[in-house]
Amino acid sequence: MTPSYGSRALRFMKGLMLRNLPLMITCREFEDFLLDYLEGNLPRGQRRIFDLHLAICRECRDYLAAYKETMALGKRAFDDPAAVLPQTVPEDLITAVMEARHPDSEK
Amino acid sequence: MVLQKEPGGDGPFNDEEDLLAGLKRGERGAVSRFVADNIGRMRAVAARLVKDEDLAEDCVQEAFIKALKNIDRFEGRAKLRTWLHRITVNEALMVLRSRKRLAEDLIDPLLPDFDENACRLEAPWPKRLSAEDILSQAEQRALVLSKIDELPESYRIVLVLRDIEELDTAEVAEALGITEGNVKVRLHRARSALKKLLEPLLRGEAP
Repeated sequence: MTPSYGSRALRFMKGLMLRNLPLMITCREFEDFLLDYLEGNLPRGQRRIFDLHLAICRECRDYLAAYKETMALGKRAFDDPAAVLPQTVPEDLITAVMEARHPDSEK
Repeated sequence: MVLQKEPGGDGPFNDEEDLLAGLKRGERGAVSRFVADNIGRMRAVAARLVKDEDLAEDCVQEAFIKALKNIDRFEGRAKLRTWLHRITVNEALMVLRSRKRLAEDLIDPLLPDFDENACRLEAPWPKRLSAEDILSQAEQRALVLSKIDELPESYRIVLVLRDIEELDTAEVAEALGITEGNVKVRLHRARSALKKLLEPLLRGEAP
Protein backbone atom coordinates (compact mmCIF):
# COMPACT_ATOMS: atom_id res chain seq x y z
CA MET A 1 0.00 0.00 0.00
CA THR A 2 1.38 3.43 -0.92
CA PRO A 3 1.05 5.75 2.04
CA SER A 4 -0.94 8.91 1.50
CA TYR A 5 1.14 12.00 2.01
CA GLY A 6 -1.43 14.55 0.84
CA SER A 7 -1.33 17.01 -2.02
CA ARG A 8 1.99 17.87 -3.68
CA ALA A 9 0.83 21.43 -4.32
CA LEU A 10 0.12 21.98 -0.65
CA ARG A 11 3.50 20.58 0.29
CA PHE A 12 5.13 22.88 -2.26
CA MET A 13 3.42 25.90 -0.65
CA LYS A 14 4.32 24.68 2.81
CA GLY A 15 7.98 24.21 1.83
CA LEU A 16 8.05 27.72 0.35
CA MET A 17 6.63 29.17 3.55
CA LEU A 18 8.93 27.21 5.87
CA ARG A 19 12.01 28.16 3.88
CA ASN A 20 11.26 31.85 3.51
CA LEU A 21 9.25 33.23 6.40
CA PRO A 22 11.04 34.50 9.51
CA LEU A 23 11.10 32.16 12.55
CA MET A 24 10.37 29.16 10.32
CA ILE A 25 12.45 26.05 9.82
CA THR A 26 11.95 23.20 7.38
CA CYS A 27 11.07 19.67 8.49
CA ARG A 28 14.60 18.61 7.55
CA GLU A 29 16.06 21.23 9.86
CA PHE A 30 13.63 20.13 12.54
CA GLU A 31 14.90 16.57 12.09
CA ASP A 32 18.56 17.62 12.40
CA PHE A 33 18.03 19.22 15.80
CA LEU A 34 15.37 16.89 17.15
CA LEU A 35 17.62 15.10 19.62
CA ASP A 36 18.91 18.38 21.07
CA TYR A 37 15.31 19.55 21.30
CA LEU A 38 14.27 16.42 23.21
CA GLU A 39 17.26 16.58 25.52
CA GLY A 40 16.65 20.22 26.35
CA ASN A 41 19.93 21.36 24.78
CA LEU A 42 18.50 24.11 22.59
CA PRO A 43 18.75 27.76 23.63
CA ARG A 44 15.36 29.31 24.41
CA GLY A 45 15.07 31.21 21.12
CA GLN A 46 15.67 28.10 19.05
CA ARG A 47 13.31 26.12 21.23
CA ARG A 48 10.54 28.60 20.43
CA ILE A 49 11.22 28.19 16.73
CA PHE A 50 10.93 24.42 17.17
CA ASP A 51 7.68 24.76 19.09
CA LEU A 52 6.30 27.02 16.38
CA HIS A 53 7.20 24.44 13.73
CA LEU A 54 5.46 21.75 15.75
CA ALA A 55 2.37 23.92 16.08
CA ILE A 56 2.00 24.32 12.32
CA CYS A 57 3.33 21.01 11.00
CA ARG A 58 1.02 18.01 11.39
CA GLU A 59 3.65 15.65 9.93
CA CYS A 60 6.37 16.56 12.44
CA ARG A 61 3.86 16.45 15.29
CA ASP A 62 2.77 12.93 14.36
CA TYR A 63 6.34 11.89 13.74
CA LEU A 64 7.51 13.17 17.13
CA ALA A 65 4.62 11.50 18.97
CA ALA A 66 5.39 8.16 17.30
CA TYR A 67 9.13 8.64 17.93
CA LYS A 68 8.49 9.15 21.65
CA GLU A 69 6.16 6.16 21.81
CA THR A 70 8.83 4.09 20.06
CA MET A 71 11.31 5.03 22.79
CA ALA A 72 8.83 4.03 25.47
CA LEU A 73 8.02 0.77 23.68
CA GLY A 74 11.69 -0.19 23.31
CA LYS A 75 12.39 0.55 26.94
CA ARG A 76 9.39 -1.34 28.25
CA ALA A 77 9.94 -4.34 26.03
CA PHE A 78 13.26 -4.89 27.78
CA ASP A 79 11.74 -4.68 31.25
CA ASP A 80 11.91 -8.30 32.20
CA PRO A 81 10.36 -8.92 35.60
CA ALA A 82 11.96 -12.38 35.68
CA ALA A 83 15.44 -10.85 35.78
CA VAL A 84 15.03 -9.52 39.31
CA LEU A 85 13.81 -12.79 40.82
CA PRO A 86 16.40 -14.85 42.66
CA GLN A 87 17.99 -17.21 40.20
CA THR A 88 19.80 -20.48 40.47
CA VAL A 89 23.42 -19.72 41.16
CA PRO A 90 25.86 -22.14 39.59
CA GLU A 91 28.27 -23.35 42.30
CA ASP A 92 31.16 -23.42 39.83
CA LEU A 93 30.61 -19.72 39.22
CA ILE A 94 30.90 -19.03 42.94
CA THR A 95 34.08 -21.11 43.05
CA ALA A 96 35.56 -19.26 40.06
CA VAL A 97 34.76 -15.92 41.68
CA MET A 98 36.22 -17.06 45.01
CA GLU A 99 39.41 -18.11 43.26
CA ALA A 100 39.66 -14.68 41.70
CA ARG A 101 39.49 -13.15 45.15
CA HIS A 102 42.03 -15.49 46.70
CA PRO A 103 44.00 -16.99 43.83
CA ASP A 104 46.19 -19.12 46.14
CA SER A 105 43.79 -20.37 48.77
CA GLU A 106 41.72 -22.82 46.72
CA LYS A 107 44.44 -24.33 44.61
CA MET B 1 5.65 -19.71 42.64
CA VAL B 2 8.16 -20.95 45.22
CA LEU B 3 11.37 -18.99 45.20
CA GLN B 4 14.42 -21.10 45.73
CA LYS B 5 16.65 -19.93 48.53
CA GLU B 6 20.25 -19.62 47.55
CA PRO B 7 23.16 -20.63 49.75
CA GLY B 8 23.90 -17.58 51.83
CA GLY B 9 20.65 -16.02 50.68
CA ASP B 10 19.58 -15.07 54.19
CA GLY B 11 21.23 -13.98 57.37
CA PRO B 12 24.06 -11.56 57.79
CA PHE B 13 24.36 -9.96 54.35
CA ASN B 14 21.04 -8.18 54.03
CA ASP B 15 22.59 -4.78 54.36
CA GLU B 16 24.96 -3.44 51.71
CA GLU B 17 27.69 -2.53 54.21
CA ASP B 18 27.69 -6.03 55.71
CA LEU B 19 27.76 -7.56 52.28
CA LEU B 20 30.65 -5.37 51.18
CA ALA B 21 32.63 -6.23 54.30
CA GLY B 22 31.94 -9.94 53.70
CA LEU B 23 33.05 -9.64 50.08
CA LYS B 24 36.24 -7.87 51.13
CA ARG B 25 36.96 -10.69 53.57
CA GLY B 26 36.30 -13.15 50.75
CA GLU B 27 33.53 -15.04 52.56
CA ARG B 28 31.79 -17.61 50.43
CA GLY B 29 28.40 -16.73 51.90
CA ALA B 30 28.82 -13.09 50.91
CA VAL B 31 29.97 -14.00 47.40
CA SER B 32 27.05 -16.36 47.03
CA ARG B 33 24.57 -13.71 48.13
CA PHE B 34 26.18 -11.11 45.87
CA VAL B 35 25.95 -13.42 42.87
CA ALA B 36 22.38 -14.54 43.63
CA ASP B 37 21.13 -10.97 44.01
CA ASN B 38 22.67 -9.69 40.79
CA ILE B 39 23.03 -12.50 38.32
CA GLY B 40 19.55 -12.16 36.81
CA ARG B 41 19.94 -8.50 35.96
CA MET B 42 23.47 -9.02 34.68
CA ARG B 43 22.41 -11.89 32.43
CA ALA B 44 19.73 -9.63 30.96
CA VAL B 45 22.16 -6.74 30.42
CA ALA B 46 24.80 -8.93 28.78
CA ALA B 47 22.27 -10.83 26.65
CA ARG B 48 20.72 -7.71 25.16
CA LEU B 49 24.13 -6.41 24.18
CA VAL B 50 25.83 -9.54 22.85
CA LYS B 51 22.65 -11.37 21.74
CA ASP B 52 24.05 -14.80 22.56
CA GLU B 53 23.30 -16.70 25.75
CA ASP B 54 26.64 -18.49 26.06
CA LEU B 55 28.63 -15.34 25.39
CA ALA B 56 26.41 -13.47 27.83
CA GLU B 57 27.10 -16.09 30.52
CA ASP B 58 30.86 -15.67 29.93
CA CYS B 59 30.46 -11.88 30.28
CA VAL B 60 28.61 -12.33 33.57
CA GLN B 61 31.27 -14.67 34.96
CA GLU B 62 34.08 -12.30 33.91
CA ALA B 63 32.21 -9.35 35.39
CA PHE B 64 31.84 -11.07 38.78
CA ILE B 65 35.51 -12.04 38.75
CA LYS B 66 36.59 -8.48 37.91
CA ALA B 67 34.27 -7.07 40.54
CA LEU B 68 35.68 -9.33 43.25
CA LYS B 69 39.27 -8.69 42.19
CA ASN B 70 38.67 -4.97 42.50
CA ILE B 71 36.32 -4.97 45.47
CA ASP B 72 38.92 -3.25 47.67
CA ARG B 73 38.82 -0.29 45.31
CA PHE B 74 35.05 0.01 45.56
CA GLU B 75 34.52 2.97 47.85
CA GLY B 76 30.78 2.87 48.20
CA ARG B 77 30.14 6.17 46.46
CA ALA B 78 27.81 4.40 44.06
CA LYS B 79 25.62 1.40 44.81
CA LEU B 80 27.25 -1.98 44.37
CA ARG B 81 24.57 -2.85 41.84
CA THR B 82 25.31 0.24 39.73
CA TRP B 83 29.02 -0.48 39.82
CA LEU B 84 28.45 -4.09 38.79
CA HIS B 85 26.14 -2.98 35.99
CA ARG B 86 28.92 -0.83 34.55
CA ILE B 87 31.43 -3.68 34.74
CA THR B 88 28.97 -5.98 32.94
CA VAL B 89 28.37 -3.43 30.18
CA ASN B 90 32.12 -3.09 29.70
CA GLU B 91 32.58 -6.86 29.50
CA ALA B 92 29.83 -7.11 26.89
CA LEU B 93 31.38 -4.30 24.88
CA MET B 94 34.72 -6.11 24.88
CA VAL B 95 33.02 -9.13 23.35
CA LEU B 96 31.35 -6.93 20.76
CA ARG B 97 34.58 -5.17 19.84
CA SER B 98 36.15 -8.51 19.03
CA ARG B 99 33.47 -9.18 16.42
CA LYS B 100 33.88 -7.99 12.87
CA ARG B 101 32.24 -4.74 11.93
CA LEU B 102 28.90 -4.98 10.22
CA ALA B 103 27.79 -2.88 7.28
CA GLU B 104 26.48 0.46 8.49
CA ASP B 105 24.64 1.73 5.43
CA LEU B 106 21.73 -0.64 6.03
CA ILE B 107 20.08 2.03 8.13
CA ASP B 108 19.38 4.44 5.24
CA PRO B 109 16.10 2.88 4.04
CA LEU B 110 14.80 3.07 7.61
CA LEU B 111 15.40 6.80 8.07
CA PRO B 112 12.58 9.38 7.78
CA ASP B 113 11.43 10.49 4.33
CA PHE B 114 11.33 14.06 3.00
CA ASP B 115 10.19 15.47 -0.33
CA GLU B 116 12.06 17.92 -2.58
CA ASN B 117 10.63 20.84 -0.55
CA ALA B 118 12.31 19.53 2.64
CA CYS B 119 8.80 18.66 3.90
CA ARG B 120 8.42 15.51 5.97
CA LEU B 121 6.47 12.65 4.39
CA GLU B 122 4.45 11.19 7.23
CA ALA B 123 1.13 9.49 6.54
CA PRO B 124 -1.68 10.58 8.91
CA TRP B 125 -2.17 8.58 12.10
CA PRO B 126 -5.91 7.99 12.58
CA LYS B 127 -4.96 6.15 15.78
CA ARG B 128 -1.77 5.50 17.66
CA LEU B 129 -1.45 2.73 20.25
CA SER B 130 0.59 3.31 23.38
CA ALA B 131 3.51 1.14 24.49
CA GLU B 132 1.26 -0.13 27.26
CA ASP B 133 -1.54 -1.15 24.83
CA ILE B 134 0.92 -3.00 22.66
CA LEU B 135 2.73 -4.83 25.44
CA SER B 136 -0.51 -5.91 27.08
CA GLN B 137 -0.43 -8.74 24.54
CA ALA B 138 2.32 -11.08 25.68
CA GLU B 139 3.52 -12.12 22.24
CA GLN B 140 4.12 -8.51 21.18
CA ARG B 141 7.12 -8.13 23.51
CA ALA B 142 9.11 -10.70 21.54
CA LEU B 143 8.10 -8.97 18.33
CA VAL B 144 9.32 -5.58 19.58
CA LEU B 145 12.61 -7.15 20.69
CA SER B 146 13.03 -8.82 17.30
CA LYS B 147 12.53 -5.44 15.59
CA ILE B 148 15.25 -3.92 17.78
CA ASP B 149 17.49 -6.79 16.67
CA GLU B 150 16.90 -5.80 13.05
CA LEU B 151 18.74 -2.51 13.56
CA PRO B 152 22.28 -2.48 12.18
CA GLU B 153 24.61 -3.43 15.04
CA SER B 154 26.43 -0.11 15.46
CA TYR B 155 23.09 1.67 15.89
CA ARG B 156 21.47 -1.01 18.02
CA ILE B 157 24.32 -0.90 20.53
CA VAL B 158 24.05 2.87 20.96
CA LEU B 159 20.27 2.60 21.40
CA VAL B 160 20.61 -0.13 24.04
CA LEU B 161 23.38 1.68 25.93
CA ARG B 162 21.61 5.05 25.94
CA ASP B 163 17.92 4.19 26.17
CA ILE B 164 17.96 0.88 28.03
CA GLU B 165 21.16 0.84 30.11
CA GLU B 166 20.83 4.61 30.61
CA LEU B 167 24.47 5.52 30.10
CA ASP B 168 24.92 9.20 29.16
CA THR B 169 26.30 10.42 25.84
CA ALA B 170 29.85 10.89 27.16
CA GLU B 171 29.91 7.42 28.70
CA VAL B 172 28.70 5.77 25.50
CA ALA B 173 31.26 7.74 23.47
CA GLU B 174 34.03 6.55 25.76
CA ALA B 175 32.82 2.95 25.85
CA LEU B 176 32.63 2.72 22.05
CA GLY B 177 35.63 4.92 21.23
CA ILE B 178 33.59 7.34 19.09
CA THR B 179 32.82 11.07 19.43
CA GLU B 180 29.84 12.37 21.39
CA GLY B 181 28.50 13.88 18.16
CA ASN B 182 28.62 10.46 16.57
CA VAL B 183 26.76 8.93 19.54
CA LYS B 184 23.98 11.50 19.10
CA VAL B 185 23.69 10.91 15.37
CA ARG B 186 23.56 7.13 15.82
CA LEU B 187 21.07 7.34 18.67
CA HIS B 188 18.70 9.54 16.70
CA ARG B 189 18.98 7.38 13.59
CA ALA B 190 18.47 4.22 15.64
CA ARG B 191 15.30 5.60 17.20
CA SER B 192 14.02 6.86 13.83
CA ALA B 193 14.71 3.52 12.21
CA LEU B 194 13.04 1.67 15.07
CA LYS B 195 10.03 3.94 14.74
CA LYS B 196 9.72 2.86 11.11
CA LEU B 197 10.13 -0.81 12.03
CA LEU B 198 7.54 -0.60 14.82
CA GLU B 199 5.09 1.53 12.86
CA PRO B 200 2.66 -1.28 11.96
CA LEU B 201 2.44 -2.15 15.66
CA LEU B 202 1.99 1.46 16.75
CA ARG B 203 -0.68 2.00 14.11
CA GLY B 204 -2.51 -1.10 15.31
CA GLU B 205 -2.06 -2.84 11.96
CA ALA B 206 -1.01 -6.46 11.60
CA PRO B 207 2.77 -6.79 12.06
